[in-house]
Amino acid sequence: MQNLVIIGAGMAAGRLVEHVTEAGGWNTTLFNAEPRGTYDRIMLSPVLAGDKTYDEIVTHAPAFYEARGVTCRFGERVTAIDRAAKTVTGTDGIPLPYDKLVIATGSNPFIIPLPGHDLDGVIAYRDLEDTERMMALAPGQKAVVIGGGLLGLEAAAGMHARGVDVTVVHLMGHLMERQLDEAAGYLLRKELVGRGINVMVSNNSKEILGKDGHVQALKLENGTELPCDLLVMAVGIRPATALAAEAGLATGRGIHVDDQMITSDADVLAIGECVEHHGQIFGLVAPLYEQAKVAAATLAGESATFVNRETATKLKVTGCDLFSAGDFAEAEGREDIVFRDPGRGIYKRLVLENNRVIGAVMYGDTADGGWFHGLIKDGTDIAEMRETLIFGPAFQGGDVLDPMAAVAALPADAEICGCNGVCKGRIVEAIEGGADTLEGVRAETKASGSCGTCTGLVEQLLSATLGDAFEMPAAQPVCGCTDLSHEDVRRLIKSKELKSQAAVWQELGWTTPNGCHVCRPAVNYYLLADWPVEYQDDPQSRFVNERKHANIQKDGTFSVVPRMWGGITTANELRAIADAADKFNVPTVKVTGGQRIDLLGVRGEDLPAIWADLGKAGLVSGHAYAKGLRTVKTCVGTDHCRFGTQDSTGLGVKLEKALWGSWTPHKVKMAVSGCPRNCAEATCKDVGVVCVDSGYEIGVGGAAGMDLKEIQPLVKVETEEEAMTHVIAFVQLYRENAKYLDRPYKWIAKVGMDWVRERIADPGERQRLVEAFALSQSIYQKDPWAERADDKTARAFGPLADLTLEAAE
Amino acid sequence: MSWIDIGALDDIPLRGARKVKTKLGCVAIFRTDDQTVFATSNTCPHKGGPLAEGIVHDRKVTCPLHNWVFDLETGEALGADDGQIETFAAKVEAGRILIDAALLGQQAA
Repeated sequence: MQNLVIIGAGMAAGRLVEHVTEAGGWNTTLFNAEPRGTYDRIMLSPVLAGDKTYDEIVTHAPAFYEARGVTCRFGERVTAIDRAAKTVTGTDGIPLPYDKLVIATGSNPFIIPLPGHDLDGVIAYRDLEDTERMMALAPGQKAVVIGGGLLGLEAAAGMHARGVDVTVVHLMGHLMERQLDEAAGYLLRKELVGRGINVMVSNNSKEILGKDGHVQALKLENGTELPCDLLVMAVGIRPATALAAEAGLATGRGIHVDDQMITSDADVLAIGECVEHHGQIFGLVAPLYEQAKVAAATLAGESATFVNRETATKLKVTGCDLFSAGDFAEAEGREDIVFRDPGRGIYKRLVLENNRVIGAVMYGDTADGGWFHGLIKDGTDIAEMRETLIFGPAFQGGDVLDPMAAVAALPADAEICGCNGVCKGRIVEAIEGGADTLEGVRAETKASGSCGTCTGLVEQLLSATLGDAFEMPAAQPVCGCTDLSHEDVRRLIKSKELKSQAAVWQELGWTTPNGCHVCRPAVNYYLLADWPVEYQDDPQSRFVNERKHANIQKDGTFSVVPRMWGGITTANELRAIADAADKFNVPTVKVTGGQRIDLLGVRGEDLPAIWADLGKAGLVSGHAYAKGLRTVKTCVGTDHCRFGTQDSTGLGVKLEKALWGSWTPHKVKMAVSGCPRNCAEATCKDVGVVCVDSGYEIGVGGAAGMDLKEIQPLVKVETEEEAMTHVIAFVQLYRENAKYLDRPYKWIAKVGMDWVRERIADPGERQRLVEAFALSQSIYQKDPWAERADDKTARAFGPLADLTLEAAE
Repeated sequence: MSWIDIGALDDIPLRGARKVKTKLGCVAIFRTDDQTVFATSNTCPHKGGPLAEGIVHDRKVTCPLHNWVFDLETGEALGADDGQIETFAAKVEAGRILIDAALLGQQAA
């Protein structure tokens, strides 16, 4: 009999042992570093959650090995392979000869080399020992899991089920980003957070803090400290190739094998997570079993070929219904079919190519997962059933999608009219009580009777309640991705507390996977204006100017405009601007209409460098590119002018210092004139202040662009402080209510000047607006130029690669 | 076809793009929501807008200058506009972006 040595007793090796002992003819020795035979590693999560015991997941008990005559050397690590002598050496140091060797060393969990990673209480999630450490935690103790992938979430859910206080820290923007798209990731996160698991996405770990050699807390890059008794790293696995590499076998990411599972040495085979086959490495069990089968055939001298097949993923967390299968990457000519049911929290997405399904993601209702997986594996032509495909195998005809699903799904206590505090239940009650027109509902409940931005929603409620008896007026939708208008979307973001773009797309039933160039900037603005603390600005949803913090010109170069507070500058600042113009060969230097200096024709990759130079002189971004505060133009006022009545320059500077950096629905330009001669042209600005002897006249809604508009009086106040408060309150009211890309005059025309005056005149409301603005500024009032001066960020402004240089080599 | 490694997938923001200078002109590399990369000419055929600065949505990009929308897979202008951008082979392997070596502008090794 020939000697067969197998290194490793994981799931692939377990299957191989079955095949070779069935065929017979081998004197088999099985090494395993873990002190036990093969068990179903995939089922560790149910063991952790308490749904199963370890005994239930053992696939090969000692009796099995005995019956099959396998020599077991468990708890023993193979230290060397001598391919010339054809021996392996275990911990006993005595070389054991082999005729054929199979390496099945599996993979090692990746441990991020953070400071403190070697503390006691920092573990991976790989084997029974790790599982037992997690199970040993008492209810109320704290655990942190780094990694929001499949394994990390199973560990988190398992510990949470045992009463442990669990926080998941994930580097990427959404959970399980390799298997799920953003929308499904959002639903999953919502479910886990709803259960009481703390989930932190877009967070990078910095350091593990310990005391007396034991882990105490995880410190994040943003400074947050998460106290914990156990820290689990579930950030991925790496094929365990060290032993094979030391033996001189060809390895890349894994141990190289051919279609027969043979390594670069004809007498050495490899299977499982340690191998690399045609550039592919493996983490799911189905292809590993296939490899075991092929390896067994190869050992028996039969011909067999390993082909990697499609596999599907299911998250083993009780109650989280999630399915993902197939390919989402690297294919041309693909299309998406997306189905969302906000009311039931369902999301389904199919990826099609040449009339075949090649990928499927499902959340909330995965009953059809198996069927779709079948379509993927079989490459079924779906042209005939394409129209109804997403509804699954049982669907033949039926209801069409309801465009009013989002409103229908709102709970009765959801606020529809913010001005008058009217909730959905009250409106439905009024409609059922006989108010069958918009005017009727307004008279009965006051809903949509003030600023009017919720009109669309009230109409949808009328339609949903009355059915065909109510004729919907056609509202202008935001874009082709939704039937909802801007006003509807704004209102629903507030009332449904939607705090991410994925939440908006899902809960409001977007028909595209991730919006378009029309809705993305609008939704991004609404979210950051309504949830300044919770929402994180998405640069990829901004137009180029706001992403680059400079204005793109027709030739692709940019213009750079530093801020000059109220139009006041110094010799030092002017010198810095002149030096920068020289250094970066700026072709055009122009004085703008907003009393500052524009450097035109700067190359995109030079932007961070020119900002750094300007920043050294104290100059910050002028936001000349932003839907935000642009300039506050001033005249010299009482300082120098013989007609000046107040310190107009001083007020202008104060306003600009208070308001700069804020994002608004469209750009906002201001001016302060020191007397009614109005040298600062305040009467055609979005906000204009004209100083008079007795105080300050504040007007709003002026324009001097495509439309020419004179400001309308808002209020007259006596002190400079009051002038500041009223202007800030007005800007915040505009930020909270206007449609994206409506200048103040357009917005005022919709809501009415009287409504604006009333809101600003109310002291309580004014105070609330000022405070809301201050909160937003505490986050957004930062110089974007200074933030982009570091090397890493600056590199992103240059090309990703320059192949013209490589070619010349 | 031979491939050249031009950088890590994470060097491009999700739903974003970067440009690469080649002998054949600037090429835009896009990273779509589904973690796929596409390579096309960086220049809009309308008025020469830099497409790598556009908003990336689904498998499309909108030119930053005048909102022409292109299908990244076919290079075709969508909607009412008529035009075409050149597309190049690109793929992701082990977190690295690979593009067609022909873009080096010479016979690749």
